[in-house]
Amino acid sequence: MASIPMQQGLLLAGILFSLGLVGLLVRRNVIFVLMSLEIMLNAAGLAFVVAGARWGQADGQIVFLFILTMAAAEVSVGLALVLRIYHRFKTLDSDAVSEMRG
Amino acid sequence: MFHLLWLIPAFPVAGFLILATLGKRMPRKMVPVFGVGSIGLSAVVAILIAINFLTSAPQGNSYTQVLWTWMDVGGFRPQIAFYLDALSLVMILVVTFVGFLIHFYSAEFMEEDEGYSRFFAFMNLFVASMCTLLLGANLLLLFLGWEGVGLCSYLLIGFWYRDPANGLAARKAFIVTRVGDTAMTLGIFLLFDKLGTLNIQELMHRALVQWPVGSTLPVLAGLLLLGGAVGKSAQLPLQTWLPDAMAGPTPTSALIHAATMVTAGVYLIARTHVLFSIAPQAQLAVAVVGAATLTMAGFAAITQEDIKRVLAYSTVSQIGYMFLALGVGAWSAAIFHFMTHAFFKALLFLGAGVIIESLHHEHSIFKMGGLRKEMPVAFWTFLAAGCSLAGLPLITAGFYSKGLIIWDAWSSTRGSTALWFFGVFGVLLTSLYTFRLIFLVFFGEMKTKIHKRPGFRMLMPCVVLGILSVVGGFVDTPAFLGNIHSFTDFLHLALPPVTEGPLRGMSELGSEGLVTVAFLVGLYVAYLFFIRKREYAEAITTPAIGKALHRFWYTDWGMDWLYERVFVRPIMWFARVDKSDFIDYIYSGMALITELFYHGVRKTETGRMRWYAAGIAAGSVIFLAIVLFL
Repeated sequence: MASIPMQQGLLLAGILFSLGLVGLLVRRNVIFVLMSLEIMLNAAGLAFVVAGARWGQADGQIVFLFILTMAAAEVSVGLALVLRIYHRFKTLDSDAVSEMRG
Repeated sequence: MFHLLWLIPAFPVAGFLILATLGKRMPRKMVPVFGVGSIGLSAVVAILIAINFLTSAPQGNSYTQVLWTWMDVGGFRPQIAFYLDALSLVMILVVTFVGFLIHFYSAEFMEEDEGYSRFFAFMNLFVASMCTLLLGANLLLLFLGWEGVGLCSYLLIGFWYRDPANGLAARKAFIVTRVGDTAMTLGIFLLFDKLGTLNIQELMHRALVQWPVGSTLPVLAGLLLLGGAVGKSAQLPLQTWLPDAMAGPTPTSALIHAATMVTAGVYLIARTHVLFSIAPQAQLAVAVVGAATLTMAGFAAITQEDIKRVLAYSTVSQIGYMFLALGVGAWSAAIFHFMTHAFFKALLFLGAGVIIESLHHEHSIFKMGGLRKEMPVAFWTFLAAGCSLAGLPLITAGFYSKGLIIWDAWSSTRGSTALWFFGVFGVLLTSLYTFRLIFLVFFGEMKTKIHKRPGFRMLMPCVVLGILSVVGGFVDTPAFLGNIHSFTDFLHLALPPVTEGPLRGMSELGSEGLVTVAFLVGLYVAYLFFIRKREYAEAITTPAIGKALHRFWYTDWGMDWLYERVFVRPIMWFARVDKSDFIDYIYSGMALITELFYHGVRKTETGRMRWYAAGIAAGSVIFLAIVLFL
C-alpha cells in the first residue's frame, strides 16, 4: 500500500482546520458554529493520525479516539445550550445573545 | 497540692472557650453551669492551695510553677511560669471568691439578656486574665494578663453595643488605659535593657544590688510603672474612663471595681515594691497621686446623680487610699484595704444592680427613695457595705483597713502630716457621699414603683458579701483594739512591714479617734442635708458660686472638658485637616490607574461569542508566532 506523504496529510488537516475556523467566525447560527467546531476537532484528529502513521506508532490513533469522545461530550453540552438559547430568545443568532457584556 | 496552681487560670479559660464556641448552641440553662462553675472550681482550687499554704508553707514562702518556655530568642527566655507567695495568694483568693459571687449573681441578673452566653464568656476571660496577671512570674506574663484585662473591660463596657454611647465609653476606657500601658511597656523595656531579665523576683534582686537608692534609673523605671498602674487603676490624671465605664452591665462594674482590673495597678506596685523602695521620689509620687485622687474623686462623688457614678467615683477614691498606702510603704495595709474594698464595693454594685432592676432601670438617685421597708434585704446589705465603705468605727471592715492606712500615713518614715490630713479628710468625704446615697435611696418617700423583685440567686451573694464587709476587718485590728495582726503578719511573708518613724505627737488611738470624728461629721452633714432639711442642699447650690462649684465637681473637676479640648479636639482637627495628604496620592493614584485600566478592558467585553472566538484564534496565532520566531 503506497503511503500518502505526511505533508499532504498535514496540509489537508490545515485546510480543514482553517475552513472550520472561518466557519466559526463568520456563521451566526449557533448550530453552524457547532458544526464548524466539529470540523476543527476532526482536523486536529487527522493531524494526530497522520503524525502517528509517520512514526509508525499507535499513539495518534489513540488520541483520535479521545478527541472523538471529547467531541461527543462537547456536542451534547453544546446542543443542550442551543435548546436553552432557542427557548429563551426564540432565535439561534449568536449575536442576538449578547447580554453578558461589560 | 501546689502543682494544681495552673488550674486557677485554666478553669476560666476553659469556661471561656466552651462558652465562646458552643454557647449559642447549648440550652440556656447550661450557660451558667459552665460560666459560674468554672470560676467556682477556680475558687475551690484557690482555697485548697491557701489551706495548704497555711498548714505547710513552701520553702522560702513562695512556690514557682514553670509550665513551659514561652519563647527563646537570643537569650530572651520568658517562661509561662506562675509564682505564688502570700501577696498573690491573698489577691487570687479575693479575685476568685468575689468573682464567683458576682458570676453567681449574674446568672439571674443577665437571664433575660440575649447575649447570655457571650456575657459569661467575656466574664470568664476577664477572671482568667486577672489570674494570669496575679500569678505571672515574669513581667511579660503579667503584661499578657494586664492587656487581657483591658481587652475584657473593653468588651464588657461595650456589651450592649447597639447603643453608640456604650461603644464610645468602651473605646474611651481602652484608649485612656492605653496611655498608661504605653508608659508601662517603656518601663518593662527599660528594666529588661538595664537588668537583663523579666523574672520579677530576679529583677527585684538585681535592682537592689545594682542600683543605689535614689539614682535616676530606678526612679525612672518606677515612674513608668506608676504610669501603667495609674491608667489601669483609674488614678489621677487617667481616672476619666472609670465613671464612663458604668455603661456596661452592673455585674461587670462590680467585677471591674471590686475584684479585677482597677486593683491591678495596686498589685503591680506591691509586686515591684523593692523597686519603689529604692526610688523614694517615685514612691512619693505614688503617695501624692493617691492623696490627690482620693480627695478629688470624693468631691466628685458628692455631686453625682447616677447611683453607679457615685459608686464609680467612690472606687477611684478608695483606690486612691491604696495608692496612698503604697506610697508610704505600708504595702500590707494597701492589700488589706484591697480585700475589704473588694467585699463592700462588690456588694454596693450588686445592691445597686438589684435596685436598678427593681425600678425599671432607673439610675437617678433623686428618683429613688423609701426603699428601706420595701426591700429589706437590699437595704440591710447595702447599709452594711455603705458603713464599711464610710468606715463605721469598731464594727466594720472598712474602718480597720482605712484606719490602718491613715495611721501608717502618719507614722511611716515616708509618711507626712499632709498625707495623713488628706486621708482623714477623705474619710469625711466618703462618709458624706455614702450616706447621701443611702439616705436618698432608702429613706424619704417612694418616688418610683417597684416592678420586679430580685430572686434568691441575686440576694445570696449580697448577704455573703454583707457579712464579709463587716467581719472581714477583724483579721487585723489596731493595738488598742485586740492588737490582732494575722493578716499583715501573713503578708509580711512576701512584703516588708512598714518602717515606722519616731513617734511624733499622736498615738494610733488619736488617729483612729480623729477618723471617727471625720466619719461622724460626714454622717451628720449628710443627715442634715438629705433627711432633716432638704432645703439646705438647695440653698447651697442655688447661688452662682455654689452652682458653679457643683457643676465643676459634677464634671469631675472639668477633667473631661479639659481633655476634650487639649487632646481629643486638636487630634480630630488635625485628622480632618490631614485627611488627604501626599501619602494618600500613592493609594488614590493606584486606585485611579486600576479604574482607567478597567474602563479600557471593559470595552472588549462585548458579549458577542464570535468576537471571543476570533480573539482566542488571534491570540493563539500570535503566541505561536512568538514561540516559533523569537
